Amino acid sequence: MNGPLLKVENLTKHYPLGSGIFKKSIPVIRAVEDVSFSVEAGETLCIVGESGCGKSTVARLLMRLVEPTAGRVLIDGTDIAGLKKDALHAWRRRMQMVFQDPYSSLNPRLTAAQIITEPVENFERLGRNQRQALAADLLRKVGMSPEMTHRLPSELSGGQRQRLGIARALSLNPSLIIADEAVSALDVSVQAQILNLLLDLQQQMGIAFVFISHDLGVVEHIGHRVAVMYLGRIVELAPCEALFAKPVHPYTEALLAAAPVPDPTRIRLQVPVDGEMPSPINPPNGCAFHPRCPLAVERCRIEVPPLVPMADGRIVACHVRAPATELSAPPIANRALAQIDSIS
Amino acid sequence: MLMRESAKDDVLLDVRDLETHFYGEESVTRALGGISFQVKKGETLGVVGESGCGKSVTALSILRLLPKLTARTVGGEVRFRGRDLLELSDREMRKVRGDQIAMIFQDPMTSLNPVYTVGHQIAEAVQIHTKASHPVAAAKAEEMLRLVRIADPERRVNNYPHEMSGGMRQRAMIAMALACSPELLIADEPTTALDVTIQAQILRLIVDLKERTGTAVMFITHDLGVVAETCQRVIVMYAGRIVEQASVIDLFARPAHPYTQGLMRSVPDRRRGRQRRLPEIPGIVPSLREPIVGCSFAPRCPFAIDICRDKTPVLRDVGSSHTAACWRAEEVMGA
Repeated sequence: MNGPLLKVENLTKHYPLGSGIFKKSIPVIRAVEDVSFSVEAGETLCIVGESGCGKSTVARLLMRLVEPTAGRVLIDGTDIAGLKKDALHAWRRRMQMVFQDPYSSLNPRLTAAQIITEPVENFERLGRNQRQALAADLLRKVGMSPEMTHRLPSELSGGQRQRLGIARALSLNPSLIIADEAVSALDVSVQAQILNLLLDLQQQMGIAFVFISHDLGVVEHIGHRVAVMYLGRIVELAPCEALFAKPVHPYTEALLAAAPVPDPTRIRLQVPVDGEMPSPINPPNGCAFHPRCPLAVERCRIEVPPLVPMADGRIVACHVRAPATELSAPPIANRALAQIDSIS
Repeated sequence: MLMRESAKDDVLLDVRDLETHFYGEESVTRALGGISFQVKKGETLGVVGESGCGKSVTALSILRLLPKLTARTVGGEVRFRGRDLLELSDREMRKVRGDQIAMIFQDPMTSLNPVYTVGHQIAEAVQIHTKASHPVAAAKAEEMLRLVRIADPERRVNNYPHEMSGGMRQRAMIAMALACSPELLIADEPTTALDVTIQAQILRLIVDLKERTGTAVMFITHDLGVVAETCQRVIVMYAGRIVEQASVIDLFARPAHPYTQGLMRSVPDRRRGRQRRLPEIPGIVPSLREPIVGCSFAPRCPFAIDICRDKTPVLRDVGSSHTAACWRAEEVMGA
């Protein structure tokens, strides 16, 4: 296949606040602002960021569950944003979604078999035996016993429900699965089970994932590339190993430093970043991170930094660390964390 | 009943064989199967475990805040400064809550009253417990907001909860909880609903305030990273029981219960380098509706042998101030 599986170009979503019939200008929530990326077949692209950064809106835009204000979503070169209802229906076979909450995303009145075969029945009629065989096969794929086909969601644990959600997404043999915080509601021991399952499925079936998460530990495990979002924009997009080895954008750096580390001998010297994310209704001028940024200079307050390609294949939007004119960045400031070797 | 040496002076809270049941239509859930632990003055005790392990029920049982119709503490003692809280009248108990023991919850929006200003709610708590006059209480509310580092406290006291961000609401909750200088603060997943950068700020705040006020903290969380950053001692719970108890350093250096060990290994940890597969704990948590024979972790445990399936292990010493409820703790620590 030529070209990427999924290509997103300048995707933008503004939600108007109120109807504004009598008002001259309507305030808008700038949920997603000029986001571009691509995903190759069989690759996992992670999108990380904190609540309100627009990562879930991106997921919805990819599935066309909401209409973009501007920009294009291309699958194998076809812009799905322009498709009519019938044509879109066919494209939906190619991409499926797994949701965060395994409790509210499954119909409580349907059995496991009905839940996971429902997407297929949208496209073709299945006989009773066919459906049972398909359900048993899907359950086996996600590591559940085929005897579970008659269970209701209420009879299953959180981890089992999330496996059902994944089985449902697999039922149409999609090339792309969009997982929106798919393991966030699960306990860590179960989370590890589900992450391993996703890795196995990717290896066996060559599925590409857009994996949306706020948890950097999870992202580091599952991702090939990572996009960090802040207030609707991508601020850094890098290969996973490069990003975690050396974050370049000050926000990425703060995010990495803020994650609690399960090591009591490590002592946090200071809070990595002060303040909170500003409102997307009235974002700051210039770089959205400048009010919280320890490196901010005058230019950051005026001009939105463009995404600049760096030597190691990443792109970064920062006037200080990735100035548009050069390819090299100044050295990273002292880390907020220090390792104290009091106990060996 | 297990007899122990009489409570020493530095013990603030002494929980013994606490047992709480939930009553369903046809079944009884043994949410707490007899747990014993202590909180010392001024220390931070972490309570870790996954959903349904009984960590929140422990907090609610101590404060007697369980739903009256469906749950009951059926056995044990909760000695707070020598008095058994389970024996107090409702009236006496109300005085203990907020005044001597305060609690903060995961979701500050549901524990703040949406129709009153934040300042009013903090002042109300101060007035109830200290009989302070209204102006004094109002001044105290402002002072507390400043203490928890809310910018512009003179303006923020007049804010309603919906006018604040999630992080700010949690700060306001902490301000309210600490307004009466309690000796024990029970924090139930206080940062779970917050973003990581805000979580780091709130954890720092709790640690700073604890150092300044000397309040003991019982920190309930599922996050081992949070435990490592805030606690001095930790108890690990599984299926309604304590399976391990240790100083935070010992627990992370040499976990003695296979569940603790499994939990630590299944957390993605950057220091181990990037692994593609995470070690997982197979299986699921047992139902607490059926009586459990033997060790409740045995069906998921890589160390399980015959005795584990027949006899329930009790907490025993495996190191100095380090106890574990496992027949094979020594082998586990060596693994």
